Amino acid sequence: MPKDHGIGASPKRREDVRFLSGTGNYTDDINLNGQAYVHFLRSDVAHGRIDRVDTAAAAAMPGVVRIFTGADFEGVGGLPCGWQVTDRHGQPMAEPGHPVLAQGKVRHVGDPIAAVVADTYEQARDAAEAIELDIEELPAVVDMKAALRDGAPKVHDDLAGNLCYDWGFVEENREAVDKAIKEAAHVTTLELVNQRMVANPMEPRVAVGDYNRATGDHTLYTTSQNPHVIRLLMGAFVLGIPEHKLRVVAPDVGGGFGTKIFHYAEEAFCTFAAKAVNRPVKWTSSRSEAFMSDAHGRDHVTKIELALDAENNFVALRTDTHANMGAYLSTFAPSVPTWLHGTLMAGNYKTPLIYVNVKAVFTNTVPVDAYRGAGRPEATFQLERVIDKAARELGVDPVALRRQNFITEFPYATPVAVEYDTGDYNATMDKLIEIGDFAGFAARRAASEAKGKLRGLGVNCYIEACGIAPSNLVGQLGARAGLYESATVRVNATGGLVVMTGSHSHGQGHETAFPQVIAEMIGIDESMVEIVHGDTANTPMGMGTYGSRSLAVGGSAMVRATEKIINKAKRIAAHLMEASESDIELKDGQFSVAGTDKSVAWGDVTLAAYVPHNYPLEDIEPGLEETAFYDPSNFTYPSGAYACEVEVDPETGRVTIERMTAADDFGNIVNPMIVSGQVHGGLAQGIGQALLEGCVYDENGQLLSASYMDYAMPRADDLPFYTVDHSCVTPCTHNPLGVKGCGEAGAIGSPPSVVNAVVDALQSAGRDVTHIDMPLSPARVWAALQG
Amino acid sequence: MYSFEVDKPGSVEAAVAALQIEEAMALGGGQTLIPTLKQRLASPSRLVSLAGIAEMKGVSAVDGVVTIGGGTPHATVAREAAGAYPALAALAGNIGDPAVRNRGTIGGSLANNDPAACYPSAALASGATIVTSSREIAADDYFQGMFTTALHEGEIVTAVRFPVPQAASYQKFEQPASRFALVGVFLARFAEGVRVAVTGASEDGVFRWSEAEEALNKEFRADALTGLAIAPENMIADLHGTKEYRAHLVSVMTKRAIRAVG
Ligand SMILES: Cc1cc2nc3c(=O)[nH]c(=O)nc-3n(C[C@H](O)[C@H](O)[C@H](O)COP(=O)(O)OP(=O)(O)OC[C@H]3O[C@@H](n4cnc5c(N)ncnc54)[C@H](O)[C@@H]3O)c2cc1C
Repeated sequence: MPKDHGIGASPKRREDVRFLSGTGNYTDDINLNGQAYVHFLRSDVAHGRIDRVDTAAAAAMPGVVRIFTGADFEGVGGLPCGWQVTDRHGQPMAEPGHPVLAQGKVRHVGDPIAAVVADTYEQARDAAEAIELDIEELPAVVDMKAALRDGAPKVHDDLAGNLCYDWGFVEENREAVDKAIKEAAHVTTLELVNQRMVANPMEPRVAVGDYNRATGDHTLYTTSQNPHVIRLLMGAFVLGIPEHKLRVVAPDVGGGFGTKIFHYAEEAFCTFAAKAVNRPVKWTSSRSEAFMSDAHGRDHVTKIELALDAENNFVALRTDTHANMGAYLSTFAPSVPTWLHGTLMAGNYKTPLIYVNVKAVFTNTVPVDAYRGAGRPEATFQLERVIDKAARELGVDPVALRRQNFITEFPYATPVAVEYDTGDYNATMDKLIEIGDFAGFAARRAASEAKGKLRGLGVNCYIEACGIAPSNLVGQLGARAGLYESATVRVNATGGLVVMTGSHSHGQGHETAFPQVIAEMIGIDESMVEIVHGDTANTPMGMGTYGSRSLAVGGSAMVRATEKIINKAKRIAAHLMEASESDIELKDGQFSVAGTDKSVAWGDVTLAAYVPHNYPLEDIEPGLEETAFYDPSNFTYPSGAYACEVEVDPETGRVTIERMTAADDFGNIVNPMIVSGQVHGGLAQGIGQALLEGCVYDENGQLLSASYMDYAMPRADDLPFYTVDHSCVTPCTHNPLGVKGCGEAGAIGSPPSVVNAVVDALQSAGRDVTHIDMPLSPARVWAALQG
Repeated sequence: MYSFEVDKPGSVEAAVAALQIEEAMALGGGQTLIPTLKQRLASPSRLVSLAGIAEMKGVSAVDGVVTIGGGTPHATVAREAAGAYPALAALAGNIGDPAVRNRGTIGGSLANNDPAACYPSAALASGATIVTSSREIAADDYFQGMFTTALHEGEIVTAVRFPVPQAASYQKFEQPASRFALVGVFLARFAEGVRVAVTGASEDGVFRWSEAEEALNKEFRADALTGLAIAPENMIADLHGTKEYRAHLVSVMTKRAIRAVG
């Protein structure tokens, strides 16, 4: 019998009622008295010198309040980068300035040059058109390898070149890896592109700045995954506003996928301008602006080499990646191709020697940063592709090759700095083969062939490091922030609870899942628990939601705070029942004295805490409210095995996904329905990357895929019915819930299996195709079929 | 959007008069024009909405000719032409999404003549007559290249008359992002002969593949196309396909259309 409440039950998501009935409160729903609107004049060239910005005529246009340019921000800080990577030679990365509005140069199409604040949005736009601009266009660099050549145009004149860093990991292993590859019985090499992606949350970014002249308090309403992080970065580094005078509110947020982690110029602008013009200032991104101002994702070009011994054991792995940073360093950009990528190169396998080289490069393109999975999909993609290629070269079963090299003993310290606590990769593989009906594949292939179609089956494994992250460890790796999480649990006199969490839900379902945990711990109904998040004014300092960290880190903080509550409540109950504290048990919302029939209800105790008439005031403070901060001792390591079955139309190159199967080990599961939903969404994004999406610039830095006319988002009918399973459970050993996180798995785990399946289909028809770069559009697959 | 006036005339005559004003533009379903205005890529002084003109709406079938009012939305065509001209109805039913089909009109589509739009291929392959506020234009004369037609300034497409073929099929290979036609082939088989019109593929907009028509008039089978190929030179090349790919798809889609009509 599935449970109907508490941990393991699948109550419907309570937040969906407001999302689906149009009663949510998104940032764009916030309209303040007297608010003005800002329109950003953005560069339409990828690289240029700003010779003149003349706003005189524009400033005289109807409704214009004030026009700002880079000059207005000369005394103001630039947008900070939150992670410093140290290169192979011990030197810090090149870290260029990132002004709120362009100063001197524009560096990508979409770079904001001026901001017009006016009474209406249309007036602001009209006036922006009247700004006179002289921009001397400069040659742009788009291709990363070209950007590193001598004499390439420099994105930042004050840097030595376009190299941000040349990172080696683990540098001490470099020679041993080279040697092992040279001496190996077999080496499989693959060059591939992990293409640039646009996150495309359904809700575009919005910012509303407000300033209270009477108190000197600033408020920013913004579409953020982590309001406290924005408060810290913007307050301390950009605008010089102390945190106690700055409130950041991220109300309902319609999807983030990483791109709403970062601190953006528009947020700083609205906060700054609200004070400067003494009116609230609002910006709502259009979809077109989103394409050229939201941080993009991925954009790696990689060469990977896998060395095997004569028995097909993996002996060494070497990868060489160019990672595009875009024109500026977005908040966490440097960490993505390094610590979120290199540390995962072991995958699920006991490869003893690994060396990862990453060159991060500046180009005249939109900045690139974390996007669902962030670094881990790039690691998984290349590793699982090269293993598949090796299996084909060696004529062995790709599943058998993987199994042979699986890590089977835990804890396992990889040669790339992390220690996996638990896992059972054979279990998820067994489950995959069962629920994916591998036994029936041959018949399905024959049926496809009878219709003139090619059918392929692709498999891959994945592992990710999430539950981000131990603060002391990431501090050593260059993070300029801690990565703990916080929760305050407030019990009301009548027994209801409010949890104020530092994590943030923008689709993940915290408001439903978090109460399930508390309901389980206390034995009360979930409806007695309310979750508050997203407002720095009423939640403890927290780091927000990304990296599948909410339940593993934020949930752990909530558990710790709830444990404190229960401990105190037991002391109160002991007093009420005149019993010894150690004899008090809590079950189904009743405190009882062990071995007696004495009991008091949860509500009696909470009432006593706030109406302390019969209460040990000399020993215990009244009230029932506790805060906990939880800093994880390790990452969590969800893992799994995925399979994709495709049909390819050899006449047109069109690929259709016929089956998509995911067997995941997420540790313990609080709400299986929500977990399935997270996997479904991740799969949609992974399949989107594999088959459809791709952000493309031309050689002049013009964005060719600048709207949905050319950027292909997955639609429901592009996707199959999924078979997902998360019954293989090896609980996380180091957090109180034993949970691992599931938000990114689908996006990490699916692209390699899709590509592996298409390659399998093409090879089944005797084509000598070993790789096709994503997205596997009909045109590309057809071209590959032509040989 | 820049600001503009809106007129909602009740007759074609009144609409023609309203369009005399400088910089006035007709507004059909707005599915192309409104996004253009939002992007500030056009600045009409006045939009003359054709949505209230009853005489421009509806589908009728008389004596082997289906007549569709120029202001008829795609969804209505999909529903009401299904009996008389199923291939045309199917084409209309697969344009865009429900919102686009409920607003977008055949007149707007033919006036716009997007090189990747569906209707132009149906009109050309059917040998349709484009009826306007001032004259009748044969489809063969109407389409004059990408986004270019025989329409004069202020001229309104009031109706389109489609002779109904014995059999027909529209094969659309969708561009993955927009789902307009990457290549679309409309094949119509009449007693007098076969007409094959291709959209999405050419830099010159919709065109008739006359070599294929000739071959099919001799022998109506997919094999009849063997050895025939479209030259890639004038094909469109973009993110979604090379010239060669589009030329190849023209053959594939034509063969599928032949098989579909049997
Ligand atoms: C998301 C989306 C997907 C789409 N997918 C497809 C597709 O798959 N295939 C396809 O073919 N189309 C597609 N379209 C285009 C759609 O069919 C449009 O409706 C059509 O192209 C324009 O028709 P309209 O009535 O909306 O014209 P409007 O947008 O109102 O007008 C377009 C132009 O035609 C002029 N005009 C309008 N009506 C008339 C008239 N009766 N006489 C003279 N001039 C007129 C206007 O002045 C304007 O210049 C899509 C559109 C969208 C938004």
